[in-house]
Amino acid sequence: MSQGPVPVPTPETLQFWEGTAVGELRIQRCNSCEKFYFYPRPYCPKCNSDNVEWRVVSGKGSLASYNINYRPFPMFGTEEPQVIALVELDEGVRLMTNVVGIEPVPENLPLGLRVQVAFEPRGDQFLPVFTPDTAATIAAAASALETRA
Amino acid sequence: MTTPSMHGGNIAIVGAAETDRIGKVPDVSMIHLHTNAARRAIADAGIDISEIDGVATAGPTAIELADMLGLRPRWADGTMLGGCSFMALVRHASAAIASGAANVVLVTHGESGRSRTGVPHYAPSPSSMGGQFEQPYGALAPYSSFTTPVLAFMASRGFTREDLAEVVVSQRLWAIPNERAQRRDPIDVAGVLAAPPVAYPFTRDMCCVVTDAGGALVLMSAERARDLPSADRAVYVLGSGEGTESVIVSQMDDLESFGPFRRGAKEAFETAGVTHDDIDHLMFYDAFAHLPLYMLEDTGFVGKGESAEFFREGHTRPGGDLPMNTQGGGLSYTHSGMYGMFAIQEAVRQLRGEAVVQVPDVHTSFVQGVGMMFGAGGSLVLSNERP
Ligand SMILES: [Zn+2]
Repeated sequence: MSQGPVPVPTPETLQFWEGTAVGELRIQRCNSCEKFYFYPRPYCPKCNSDNVEWRVVSGKGSLASYNINYRPFPMFGTEEPQVIALVELDEGVRLMTNVVGIEPVPENLPLGLRVQVAFEPRGDQFLPVFTPDTAATIAAAASALETRA
Repeated sequence: MTTPSMHGGNIAIVGAAETDRIGKVPDVSMIHLHTNAARRAIADAGIDISEIDGVATAGPTAIELADMLGLRPRWADGTMLGGCSFMALVRHASAAIASGAANVVLVTHGESGRSRTGVPHYAPSPSSMGGQFEQPYGALAPYSSFTTPVLAFMASRGFTREDLAEVVVSQRLWAIPNERAQRRDPIDVAGVLAAPPVAYPFTRDMCCVVTDAGGALVLMSAERARDLPSADRAVYVLGSGEGTESVIVSQMDDLESFGPFRRGAKEAFETAGVTHDDIDHLMFYDAFAHLPLYMLEDTGFVGKGESAEFFREGHTRPGGDLPMNTQGGGLSYTHSGMYGMFAIQEAVRQLRGEAVVQVPDVHTSFVQGVGMMFGAGGSLVLSNERP
């Protein structure tokens, strides 16, 4: 269980948080313009359609940007630097998150890094966080080797 | 009868003042940083307080501001766009005066950002979009949230941390001679990079100072301003723009460019009827070192990817051909929390020829604000000449 602020769902976001509790990343998609969007709303912010639905997405994406916060607030109960990241999901929406499971140094965080969602308990909720997608990294390295050979 | 334009110099800033003290002012409550600046700006305008029939502020309500000053205005505006609220309030006041909804408008700012004296209790809501989707990850302070898009911006242009540091160095040069500035020690790029890390890629000196300070403006029609004893110090509103984007920084439309800068500046230039070549002074809201880089490109003073070189070449420094943030900016002069008022104050001082470090021959200044991280923008074109 990580320490820190605990999100309190609203009626419009409840599906998202019910999803993370069962290990699903649920994002809304508009059936009119056929695009995913985030943060949750009961209509599409791109085309104003009411014809929207929740989908379970892959949880895969890439690192778009980040900072390494050396001054976490005391409520997080740690002085370990936080990687506060922006991840672009393959479905085309961007989330703020933490990249975890690595030493928080720039060398480990090339932009474009493939990442995979994981769910971290926080209070009575589960936060989507991301870890480097090891399989994708190995595949990329293998393909680089093949190219060289 | 048609309403006169709110732009084109029909509206004048006739009073402008900051609080008598800035920096560390623990013995003054937040609201009285407003009233101190307000009463000084009214005195600066040379009018009686009873002439004010419109009040505008961001933070406390316009009700509290007016009542503290003993005013019963017929027009009030409490627009909250974060740090660029004051650009928007100058714009709204101009519209109100042009349309006859108010005659003399007072715009105030004040924050006890450092001492937190008399500041209402504020806690972010865990049900807000930020409370659900950003703050749980550590993005609780501007330094840990406003900075998240910056590595993407830098990578798209091949910029380095040295480029961020160069912004700090350029602005510190303006602050060194200014006794009201908070950071006055000479610094070079290596020194900025060696400062304590705050949130990679940012070090302490790439982040603004945190101060107690206030400022206020008095606006009226240029016609009415002609009769004031201070008429020759009037500063005219030539053009303006404003806009909003995402309520949380992770959802900005484009990590590498901010829509309200582009759209607000375009409208400000169009309404002013001037071009970039007419501008001889810039005030760019610099809570962090990346903002002047975004702003130079998004407001069209340089092309995409050219902003870092513009700093390196010295254009914005003392003696440069486009002086920027000439009191030291938020990075070195002062930053109470919503800095926009101080950018306008320095533009007015420069246009009046009353700045601590005065740029010669300033006629037209461009002021660009930002608010609520990458949430809103406000742009002004101000001049000491009425077209
Ligand atoms: Zn749609």
